[in-house]
Amino acid sequence: MVDITLDLFLLQLMTGIALGAVYALLAVGLSLIFGMLTVVNFAHGAFFMVGAFLGVYFMNLTGNFWFSLLLVPLAVGAIGLLCERFLVRPLYGRGIDYPLLLTFGLSYVMIEAMRFIFGIEGVPSSTPPELRGAVNLGFGHFPLYRLFLIAATAVIVLGLWLFIEKTRYGLIIRAGSRDPEIVKVLGIDISKVWLLVFGIGTAIAGLSGLLAAPTRAVNPEMGIPILAESFVVTVVGGMGSLPGAVIAGLLVGIVFAMTSLFAPAYAEMSIFVLMAVVLLIRPQGFFGKAGLMS
Amino acid sequence: MTVPSSLFNSGRRSIIVGGAAVAVAPTLFNIARAQTTPIKIGFPVPLTGAFSAEAQDQVRCAEIAIKEFNDNGGYGGRKAELLVRDDKLNPGEAATRTLELIEKDKVDFVVGSLSAATQLSINAVCRDRKIIFNSISQSDAINEAKDWSLYTFHEALTPHLTAGAVGRYAFPKFGKKMALLTADYAYGHEMVRGFQRVGKEFGMQTVADIRHPLGTADFSSFLPRIQAAKPDVLVLCSFGRDLVNAAKQITDFGLKANMKVITPVLLYTARQAGGAEAFDGLIGGTSYYWGMEDKIPTAKAFNDKFRKAHGGGVPSDYGALGYAGVRSVLQAVREAKSTESMRVSIALRQLRYDWYKGEQVYRKCDHQSIQSVVIVESKSKNMKDKYDVFNVLSIENSNEKNLRSCDELGHKIST
Repeated sequence: MVDITLDLFLLQLMTGIALGAVYALLAVGLSLIFGMLTVVNFAHGAFFMVGAFLGVYFMNLTGNFWFSLLLVPLAVGAIGLLCERFLVRPLYGRGIDYPLLLTFGLSYVMIEAMRFIFGIEGVPSSTPPELRGAVNLGFGHFPLYRLFLIAATAVIVLGLWLFIEKTRYGLIIRAGSRDPEIVKVLGIDISKVWLLVFGIGTAIAGLSGLLAAPTRAVNPEMGIPILAESFVVTVVGGMGSLPGAVIAGLLVGIVFAMTSLFAPAYAEMSIFVLMAVVLLIRPQGFFGKAGLMS
Repeated sequence: MTVPSSLFNSGRRSIIVGGAAVAVAPTLFNIARAQTTPIKIGFPVPLTGAFSAEAQDQVRCAEIAIKEFNDNGGYGGRKAELLVRDDKLNPGEAATRTLELIEKDKVDFVVGSLSAATQLSINAVCRDRKIIFNSISQSDAINEAKDWSLYTFHEALTPHLTAGAVGRYAFPKFGKKMALLTADYAYGHEMVRGFQRVGKEFGMQTVADIRHPLGTADFSSFLPRIQAAKPDVLVLCSFGRDLVNAAKQITDFGLKANMKVITPVLLYTARQAGGAEAFDGLIGGTSYYWGMEDKIPTAKAFNDKFRKAHGGGVPSDYGALGYAGVRSVLQAVREAKSTESMRVSIALRQLRYDWYKGEQVYRKCDHQSIQSVVIVESKSKNMKDKYDVFNVLSIENSNEKNLRSCDELGHKIST
């Protein structure tokens, strides 16, 4: 019906990248927690949702988007810290399914809590005034906020990479993920490292919720579908791999967008087909290490 | 080992007294029962799931109808009672709950539902057991002869009527090219059919017809294609949260600058959840908007009852259907002087009523409530308070011609 022009193709590519940015950000947190703690965090979508709610709440309270950009990761990260300390920690060493079931239950508790506090219908969220409108990219108009979303993701991922690769704390985190026993022997309290990692992972989930809030409906169930999509991203990118999460996130976004262009009815299915193909050819994902789950 | 004997005795005594009370109670109860058996109305609605906000408002409004009936003395000393059940937006669950309501709770009537699919399953259960079911949710299928029975009533609008009314209002004003963005399930399909049919009358040309899965969170990947198709009118055939997400992202992508966005059902609750900015300028149909009260006296009366019961709040469109659905049935009980299904059905067929939106009547052949459709536009400026979200653009008066004909629905008798 509509001719596929180069402009349309490029515009579609941009929507895919913006979509992928949110996936990548969520998957980074998921992957970070799994890579270091071998905890499959099923409450990740719920932390994303709480971030969106708190973002809207802080924005209404302070009237300042940038301020809530700072407050939300701190608040959600703090909830994450409490969850790790009192709920997840007692389950370490008991096998991968214990924390999985715990976080699964936790996600429902968080959803109910938000229903209780903010109501079942959700809260209206709007784009911050300074980021409204569309920008002409030469091949079409694209919302300014989505460009900001792509840039913000790049900054967050870069910051996280620098923290892990270039700082002393990052060195301890990396060492802890490779051989916790030796790190303990060297006199480092590994439980504090895990606490910190869980906190950072959930803070990023909260931040991505806040960033996604202006683009979609904020309601207690918003974290459920996106969690499934983020798992697809981590599986494609390789469980526990940060570069894998970013690349796979963008790829999933682009595959979704391109399928929507040619066959909208199959868009949702396309990302699961992608996952199936990757699993068949390379079961550990793009950058995953084989045998991590065993 | 000693047991304090007083403690033991008192325990035994209370058991005996309690037992005696239980033995006497049924006789007392039976005597009382003859005059005061309540008139029970089963009310299966999706209290959990995507439409829970709308469903809870249906319950609130239905309770107003019950209270009103009871305050006016009920019927022959019998009071009405509402038995609310959660159908979880699932046709199987809806059927089970309805069956329980009929078999176990012995309800006299069933009113409710908030999906095209659940109402068909509720209707099937009620039809087999000869219990009146008054549906308060949109559907075209429920009026068709294959699903219909003498006990089936439809209080809500039909997609054919709603899409038709919105099309008749919008198509002559905004241009000949339309794009459809549709949720891929029964509701969306029925709405598309409605728009395409009315579109033919106005010579509309469909330049894009995109189906998205129910529960889509991000529509951005569909939007460049719509933009490239350059429609004059973009029709969003989605409901609830899908509509909120679509409206938000269409606003972000600046589509509103080049096309008019219309939607068959512009929900009050969706507008409240989505915010003024996202919905600004959207035109849609609705069965009811509280702001009609300056034109329609019964709307004012109904709103006032709701305000009184709910701290100054206003009823939503689907909520109001809960009120009308229950009130019609209870009024018919009074007219029929009976709670027997067949007699009440006959009374309903003869009812002419104006509960909240002007005069209505159930069409004889399919029991569809013939009623007006309100065309509203969402606004973001000059809002008096948080309830003031729409401008009423026009009210399409009730007209049987706007419904599908009895013949088309497969009904042999049209009177």
